[in-house]
Amino acid sequence: MSAIIEVNNLGKKYLIGEKERYLALRDKLAHPIKALKNTRSSEVFWALSDISFSVEKGEVLGIIGKNGSGKSTLLKILSKITPPTTGEVCLRGRVGSLLEVGTGFHPELTGRENIYLSGSILGMRKKEIDKKFEEIVNFSGVEAFLDTPIKRYSSGMSVRLGFAVAAHLEPEILLVDEVLAVGDAEFQKKCLGKMGEITKQGARTIIFISHNMAAINQLCDRVLLLENGHIKKNDTPESVVSEYLRDLTHQGGIWERTSSKTVAEDHFVKSVILQNSKKINTRVFFANESIRIQCCIVSKKQENIFLAVGIRDVLSNQIIHLNSKNQKEKLQTKAGKNMFQVEFENILSAGEYYVTVWIGDASFVTQDYVRDCISFSVDLSNLDTSYHFGSVIVPATWSMVHLD
Amino acid sequence: MDILIRPTTQWWKFDWKEFWQFRDLFYFFGERDIKVRYKQTAIGALWAVFQPFVTMVVFTIFFGNLAKISSDGIPYPIFVYVGLLFWTLFSAGLSDVSNTFIGNQNIITKVYFPRIILTFTSLTTSIIDFFVACIVLIGMMIWYHFIPSTIALIFIPFLFVITFLTTVGIGLFFSSFNVKYRDVRFILPFFIQLLLFLTPVIYPVSLVSPEWRWVLGFNPMSGVIDTARVVLLGVGHVDWLLLSISMFVSVVYCLIGYGYFKGTERYFADVI
Repeated sequence: MSAIIEVNNLGKKYLIGEKERYLALRDKLAHPIKALKNTRSSEVFWALSDISFSVEKGEVLGIIGKNGSGKSTLLKILSKITPPTTGEVCLRGRVGSLLEVGTGFHPELTGRENIYLSGSILGMRKKEIDKKFEEIVNFSGVEAFLDTPIKRYSSGMSVRLGFAVAAHLEPEILLVDEVLAVGDAEFQKKCLGKMGEITKQGARTIIFISHNMAAINQLCDRVLLLENGHIKKNDTPESVVSEYLRDLTHQGGIWERTSSKTVAEDHFVKSVILQNSKKINTRVFFANESIRIQCCIVSKKQENIFLAVGIRDVLSNQIIHLNSKNQKEKLQTKAGKNMFQVEFENILSAGEYYVTVWIGDASFVTQDYVRDCISFSVDLSNLDTSYHFGSVIVPATWSMVHLD
Repeated sequence: MDILIRPTTQWWKFDWKEFWQFRDLFYFFGERDIKVRYKQTAIGALWAVFQPFVTMVVFTIFFGNLAKISSDGIPYPIFVYVGLLFWTLFSAGLSDVSNTFIGNQNIITKVYFPRIILTFTSLTTSIIDFFVACIVLIGMMIWYHFIPSTIALIFIPFLFVITFLTTVGIGLFFSSFNVKYRDVRFILPFFIQLLLFLTPVIYPVSLVSPEWRWVLGFNPMSGVIDTARVVLLGVGHVDWLLLSISMFVSVVYCLIGYGYFKGTERYFADVI
């Protein structure tokens, strides 16, 4: 039997100049010669090159790789959103793509209207939606608010509704981009369950991008590792995931301010370093380790400062906020370079996270703020338990008393 | 059902099968645009009547009564209203179509469907407004004792089609252009305003000397509005030369717009 998805020598080229947003006609008209020159000399950037692989019917293929490795571009080509520059793709079946939760939702429309709108944008026929309407509503758990405009929904509610619509798509080929990382714990569990259920039926071929290595391990039959637009490895989940994590570990967890901006403030962040319990610089943390964040701060004078470190997930939800003011710690700078460090137990669940650092002066006024300067991932494959949902894993003790 | 994705496609090729497969989207996009438009408005759909009606009153006072612009012997209010009716269908439609890709960029960058559907559905509100505004016209015709000839009933759908083709043609061009060059946002309202004075809305075609009238056909709305007045209000004769040029030009505009759209469509998600 021939493969259901075949990709041959796929490549996608961007001209860096092209990425500039909001081109104005004026520029082209005012400098026709310059404009011509520009297009010729603009830098060529291959987001993807030489990509060839095939997927059998019923197979679940995972795609992993760092940000900017070309994962999303590949998915966009497969879902016909953007054309390739070279090569070709053959898809033998109806394709459904989920690059976002709640595609096409309009805040002014009610839940009911949005189910139909989003469903049909994703490629469902009205009849199909009619048939599955009740199932979708039950899955989302927003029955009571069906006739309320979704601008009045909480963000969790609209995400649940969006996933519910998407989960009931029934194409032969499903392309999914990191949608599992949404919603509250209970709902995440439901989504993973639904994905698992779909994959077990075996009737559907799925391509699945994720930063969540546990989900990749759990759901995929085979995994592609992308690096700088090339396929680095195409193998079983275990071997590809471990290679990816090994790469990440070697990358060292250091962020340094590259811009030589003259900071008018008295203190600014020069670099941020991530270390594990063994004092090794890393960007991967496992369970039962501690995460140590070191900030190198350049100061012009001696002052008592406040330091805050925030950890956000891929959806920019603040998961952890550590503030020296809360801890009543006294941090004092001296003119020149100062190294501050904060260490905490890794209670994060599997996934990708971003670090934000803030400095305040003695009167708590912002001196410097670097948002999402460095990312790291949490891998829980060293745990022998697997039911981890939600953003954090809190040590807990269970007890029971027999009444009666 | 194999889907083949390749770097290039033939621009003239229209994928009917795919278009048909996504036909339900027409309904849901249309429904969305209509519902969103009148959400949280106090008088709702009455706005569709309000705008052409007030414009008619203002134009009648300034152009009809003060400037004494000729109206071929027809009462100025109904003369200008017939013009405004088709003009509004065109101008409102054109500005909606031109913004449709930009306005839906969050969908365009996330999911594939035939983009041209958005062009058609963005016309829904202006078409519905047109029919609502027609009710006012019927009222005015009764008031001024105009009885439309049976010929009018044949002509009106035909004029509607010319307006539609012109709007879609120019609209497709501008909306695709808008994806890359946001200048359209500034040019278009200005262009539409100027065009109002180049179209016989507030004045009759008879103001232009007969040997030059055919030039007006490059703006297909001239032929549409002139013919609409003749058949609805029963004065003068249908200017066949002007009408056929208008019709021909509207088809040409449509092809140019479609060609430009097809050439750029695939790269929308990259440049939007």
